[in-house]
Amino acid sequence: MDLIYRPRLAQILEVKELTEREKLFTLRLEGGEVLGHQPGQFVEVSVLGVGECPISICSSPTRGPEFQMCVRPVGNVTNALHRLRPGDYVGIRGPYGRGFPLQESKGQDLLIAAGGLGIAPLRSFIHYIMDNRSDYGEVTILYGAREPKEILFKDEISLMQGIGRCLLTVDRGNETWEGHVGVITTLCPMVTVDPSRTIAITVGPPIMYRFILQEFFKMGIPEDRIYVDLERHMKCGVGKCGHCQINGFYVCREGPVFKYSEIKDLPEAI
Amino acid sequence: MALKVITVEGLYGFLRKLKGDYRVVGVKAEDGFFAFAEIGDPQEVVLDYPITLYPLKAFLLPPREEYLRFRIDGRPEVETQFEEIPPTVFFGMHPCDLHSLWLLDTAFMGDATDALYEGRRKNFVFVVMDCLRPCDEYAFCKDMGTLYVDEGYDILLTDLQNGLYAVRTGSDRGLVILERYTEVRDATPREEEMLERIYREREEAFTNRVKPRKEELPELLWRGYNSPYWEEVSKNCLSCGSCNLVCPTCYCFDVLDEVEINLKEGKRLRTWDGCMLVDFARVAGGENFRPSRADRLRHRFLRKGKYLVDRYGKLGCVGCGRCTRHCLVKINPIEVYNGLYNRIQSEG
Repeated sequence: MDLIYRPRLAQILEVKELTEREKLFTLRLEGGEVLGHQPGQFVEVSVLGVGECPISICSSPTRGPEFQMCVRPVGNVTNALHRLRPGDYVGIRGPYGRGFPLQESKGQDLLIAAGGLGIAPLRSFIHYIMDNRSDYGEVTILYGAREPKEILFKDEISLMQGIGRCLLTVDRGNETWEGHVGVITTLCPMVTVDPSRTIAITVGPPIMYRFILQEFFKMGIPEDRIYVDLERHMKCGVGKCGHCQINGFYVCREGPVFKYSEIKDLPEAI
Repeated sequence: MALKVITVEGLYGFLRKLKGDYRVVGVKAEDGFFAFAEIGDPQEVVLDYPITLYPLKAFLLPPREEYLRFRIDGRPEVETQFEEIPPTVFFGMHPCDLHSLWLLDTAFMGDATDALYEGRRKNFVFVVMDCLRPCDEYAFCKDMGTLYVDEGYDILLTDLQNGLYAVRTGSDRGLVILERYTEVRDATPREEEMLERIYREREEAFTNRVKPRKEELPELLWRGYNSPYWEEVSKNCLSCGSCNLVCPTCYCFDVLDEVEINLKEGKRLRTWDGCMLVDFARVAGGENFRPSRADRLRHRFLRKGKYLVDRYGKLGCVGCGRCTRHCLVKINPIEVYNGLYNRIQSEG
């Protein structure tokens, strides 16, 4: 009898400081087992003795048995993770949940809007698109951070620009910042899309959704072609513990990526 | 199987014999409450009682359950902990208790089977005692359709109120147990009539108290989602979570790790949690998705009366009234359903 709550062990191969706050962890399951995730899915990560928490995968399944997580230290487990070093072990359960619409997006244009840490799960999909570039149409990436020093995956921006347009903005600039300043929605006037062949995907803090969705609507993108990634505290990952419930939906089962048309009538969603 | 009868002495003899092969959990009087507890002397068992303080879930999902043990010096070693569960007979549970299991079974043994739960559940035998009068003013089982059982039990007993109990079996296992451990005889036609009369009297003893029919509850609750009624009804709520603890169908849990004092070993456990507690829907970043008492109370009612119906096809409330009985400010589902119903009727 196997227990769904028993984690597999994974070893940390590399820890990289991305910003003052976030670290990028590269891991591999013991025995070289492949995680087998889809972009947008999450895992339950254990620091044994501290606890377990849900973290999205930020690497693409097209890139071998290693996988990556971008972690901001906000709770007990994520703070403990930040103290770990290469060679240390964590527990992994999953992957869980429903990820980005890989199939539905095929042959379509993509408009991707990332706010802050939202770039982490989206990076998994962006890398997936890079590795399957001919399957997708035009790709536009909007990425907003609060300040220049908070921009994640800076050294990958040029790679992202290699697959389409990638527009960057910061809420507050500084003396050396020469790019765009303003919240992410201020990038939208620079974007033209064909709404009939565009799929829009957004991941960011809850407050951002209300505004970016309005911009998608203005562009004429239908509600069933817009996807959002909703954050809740999925404690069990398997639809039992009740913590991630949004009205009748469990984010760990039906989400974390939802079609906007599925959740627009749920008062707790956005 | 034809209707059987057993004497009250016969029932105690049944318990004595069962104890040879099974752990027997029955209802005992403890500290001014009735409680499900392992039975030592069969004479401790109370056959006629209103309702237990804690529901049966405490045996299927213990309030605090260790399920992993690990070593954390060097490469971790993780071991799964499965408690040895002896075959157990639950004796004298009420129909609402049995109904509450349906939801737990569906949630824990539907998709993604929880082996901790399943390991217990498959070793459990249920002997149900029919209720002939309401426990108190808080019960509304008749409205929720949980006064009656027609499946899910192994043995069903009904007090014929003359020192005899009607006996029926609902499973092959029940039949085997009945044959092996009891001395029952076939009911006479007169006793069959007595059972029918007792059921007619039961119909009168239990009144309907919830205005909307149970089939109407999901739509009613959803229509009333934005009603200011939730603010009013929750204004005295203490967010203490007592209702969650005593509810037979509240199964949400928290997960936590504990480290031994040697800092080399530890364990992971789950504990009961409650959606009425302020932190329940908080995420690590600080956002709380149900910050107000009204948000949380509404969620609890909607979960029982709509979300679980949408997901699993049955109400998550069995009408046992435990939540009100143990609520310090007596928030009462009967009043909430009726209050919301009246409000929506008057709004047209």
